[in-house]
Amino acid sequence: MTSTTRTDPTPPSPFQYAPAPESRSIVDIAPSYGLFVDGEFVDGTGEAFKSVNPATEEVLTEVAAGSEADVDRAVKAARRAFTRVWGPLRPADRGKYLFRIARILQERAREFAVLESLDNGKPIRESRDVDVPLAAAHFFYHAGWADKLDWAGLGPGPRPLGVAGQVIPWNFPLLMLAWKVAPAMATGNTVVLKPAETTPLTALLFAEVCRQADLPPGVVNIVTGAGDTGRAVVEHDDVDKVAFTGSTEVGRSIARAVAGTRKKLTLELGGKAANIVFDDAPIDQAVEGIVQGIFFNQGHVCCAGSRLLVQESVHDEVVASLQRRIGTLRIGDPLDKNTDIGAINSAEQLARIRELSEVGEAEGASRWQPACDLPARGYWFPPTVFTDVSPAHRIARDEIFGPVLSVLTFRTPDEAVAKANNTTYGLSAGIWTEKGSRILKIADQLRAGVVWANTFNKFDPTSPFGGYKQSGYGREGGRHGLAAYLKGAAE
Amino acid sequence: MSDRLAVRKTYKLYVNGAFPRSESGRSYEVTDAKGHFLANAAWASRKDARDAVVAARGAFAKWSGATAYNRGQVLYRVAEVMEGRAPQFTEEVAAGEGLSTSRARAAVDAAIDRWVWYAGWTDKLAAVLGGANPVAGPYFDFSLPEPTGVVAVLAPQQSSLLGLASVLAPVLAGGNTAVVVTSRERPLPAVTLGEVLATSDVPAGVVNLLTGDAAELGPWLAEHADVDAIDLTGAPVRLRLELERSAAGTVKRVVRAPETEPDWAADPGLSRLTPFLETKTVWHPMGV
Repeated sequence: MTSTTRTDPTPPSPFQYAPAPESRSIVDIAPSYGLFVDGEFVDGTGEAFKSVNPATEEVLTEVAAGSEADVDRAVKAARRAFTRVWGPLRPADRGKYLFRIARILQERAREFAVLESLDNGKPIRESRDVDVPLAAAHFFYHAGWADKLDWAGLGPGPRPLGVAGQVIPWNFPLLMLAWKVAPAMATGNTVVLKPAETTPLTALLFAEVCRQADLPPGVVNIVTGAGDTGRAVVEHDDVDKVAFTGSTEVGRSIARAVAGTRKKLTLELGGKAANIVFDDAPIDQAVEGIVQGIFFNQGHVCCAGSRLLVQESVHDEVVASLQRRIGTLRIGDPLDKNTDIGAINSAEQLARIRELSEVGEAEGASRWQPACDLPARGYWFPPTVFTDVSPAHRIARDEIFGPVLSVLTFRTPDEAVAKANNTTYGLSAGIWTEKGSRILKIADQLRAGVVWANTFNKFDPTSPFGGYKQSGYGREGGRHGLAAYLKGAAE
Repeated sequence: MSDRLAVRKTYKLYVNGAFPRSESGRSYEVTDAKGHFLANAAWASRKDARDAVVAARGAFAKWSGATAYNRGQVLYRVAEVMEGRAPQFTEEVAAGEGLSTSRARAAVDAAIDRWVWYAGWTDKLAAVLGGANPVAGPYFDFSLPEPTGVVAVLAPQQSSLLGLASVLAPVLAGGNTAVVVTSRERPLPAVTLGEVLATSDVPAGVVNLLTGDAAELGPWLAEHADVDAIDLTGAPVRLRLELERSAAGTVKRVVRAPETEPDWAADPGLSRLTPFLETKTVWHPMGV
C-alpha cells in the first residue's frame, strides 16, 4: 500500500520504512446507520447512500439520507429541547454537559481518529494529533463559557437564538462539527447538524458520545444526507440561525435563501491564501511552512497556503529546496503512522483537482510532481508544484482544494501585498521573514481574517477564525465566535 | 427682516470631495412637509453611484490607514463644524420633517452629539473588540478589528439628519468609506452635511452623498462587486428581499432594514459599528 517517494537529486535512501499501520479493530462500523433525532437513532425516509473509504474505495457502511420530513422532525425536536430543557437549564449545568463531551472525546480519541481517517482519507498522524484533540479542546473551551456569557463583552444579558441549523464540510468532519456544535450549545442553543455526504461517520459516533454524556434528547440532532438535506435544514422556517462551512458558491446560495428571513447567518467559505516568503526568511523553516500550508490534509483546507509568493531573488533556492522536501513526503495508506499525505476525499474532488491542474498546464504554467507510486485503488493525487504561474491563471485564482501549489514571484513588499490581496477571497495568509517590523506592517495590509507569520495552519479554540470578502463572515472560536449564537450580540 | 432678496443654494451631490451635479443632468423637486417648493436636488444616476464607489475605494487605504486618534479628531471636527451651522440644519430639518423649530433643533443637537460619541470610539475599538488569545502552544496570537471596506448606506427616509448621522458616523469610525443614498424626500440636510464634511478634514472620497432614489440606486450598489457591505435601513420595503439576495452574490455583509425606522435618539451601543468590522487574527511563534 505505502509507496516510497523520491526525486532527483536526492538519492534513494538505503533505509526503508517498515509498515506501521494503526489498527482499525478499535472501530466498530455498523452495516447501516440512521439519523440521530431527539436522542434516538431513527430510520431516514430519504434514499440511503454509501460512505466509502477513499483510500481503497471500500464501502464502509450505508447511511440514511434525511428527507424534508426528517429535517422537520429534527427541527421540532431541537425546538422542544430548546424550550423545555436546554433553554431553562442552569448555565453551569449546560457547561458541565460540554465538559463531559470533551472528556468522552478524549477517552475515545483513538477510535475517532481511526474512524476519521477511514472515512475521510486523511493520515492518521493528522486525525490523531490535530482533528480529534482540537475537537475535544473546542468543547472544553466552550464549556467554560456557558456560565460566563455576561463577561464575554457582547452586551448585557446575552440570550440564545434558539435552533441552529448547521451544515459542515468533509475536510475536517469531526473538527468542523465541534466548531459548530460547541459554541451553539454553550450559548444555550439547540442544534440540527448536517455532516457532509462523504464523511458522516464521526458525526454519527459523536451522537453516541451525546448519549453517553446523557445529553438531553433533542439538544443535538444529526441528519445525514447530501445537498437537498442541507437545503432543507437551511430553509426550515423554525431555524433561527444558520451556520455553514463550505464552498463560496454554496455560501452565496445559502445567503440568498436566508435573505428576507429573521435568521442570523455566518459563513466560512473558500480561500486562496497567499504564503509570502521574503528573501531574508529562514529558507528551511519557510519550506516546512510551505509544505504544512499546502499539503496538510491533502490541501483540503479552506485556508491552505495555495499561492506561494516568493521574493524573486530567492525563488530558485526556495523552489529547489521545496522540491527536495516534497520528495521525502510519504503518500499512501492513511492508517500508516508514517504517512504524510493521504487520499483525496472523493472521486468528484479528484476530478476537480485533475481538471484544474490540466488547465494550469494549458494556460502555460509548468507542473512538477515527485516521482512516486500511488496505490492502485482509491483516489490519489501526488503533491504538485506549479511554477511560471501568472496572477491571471486559473490555478492562481480558483480554489483547487487539493495538494497543488502555485508559485508566483514579487520584487517589493508593496508588490507582495498587492498580489496577495488580488483575489476575491480573504480567509488567510502567511508571511515569512526575520524582520519583526515587516511582519507587523504586512500583516496589517493583508486583507485576510487569519495571518500566520513564520508559521502556518495553526488553530486553537481561543483564536477567532474566519474570512474577509468572499471568504465569508462571522468568526468561529474565541470570544468573537460566541456572537454568532447570541441575540443582538455585538461581535 | 430686511427686504433683501435671498441668495439660494444649489443642492448638489458630494462625490470624491467635490460637488458635482448628476452626470445624468437630472434633478427633482424637493418640497417641505406641507408641499411647498424648497429646492431642485440632483437626482443621482447609476453612473454617479459607480463613480462614488470608485471614489470610496480610492479613499479607503488612506482613511483605514490613518491612526485611530487622527480619525477620532476628524470625526470630532465634523461635530464642531456642524455646531456652527446648527441654525441652517435646524431650518432644513424643520422644513423637511415638518417639525417645530425646537424639536428640529433637538434633532440637530442629537446628530452633533452622535458624531462626538463615535469620534470617541475610534481609538477604543481595538481594545474593546480585540485582544490576545491564549492559545495552547508557543505562539503570540492576537485579534484586532479592521474596517470591512466600502460600505453602501441607504440612509433612513424619515430622519434626515439624526438618522443619517446615526448610520454614517459608525461606518467612518470603524475606518470604512461610504457611499450614501440620502432620504429621497428629505435630502437637503444631507447636502449641507456634505459641505460640513468637505471642510472638516475628512479626506475626499471617504464619504460620498447621493441625493436621489434608493429604489433606483440600491440594486446597483447591492450587486456592485467593489462594495463590501450594504446597510438597507432606508431601502423601500418592496425591494428589501431582492436587495439582500442580490448582495449575496458577492457575499456582502448586510444590515437588514428594521420593520419601521427606529428611535434614532436611543443609545446605539456597538450595534452599528460591528457589522462593518472584520476580525483579523495574527499568529507568531514565540522562541529564542
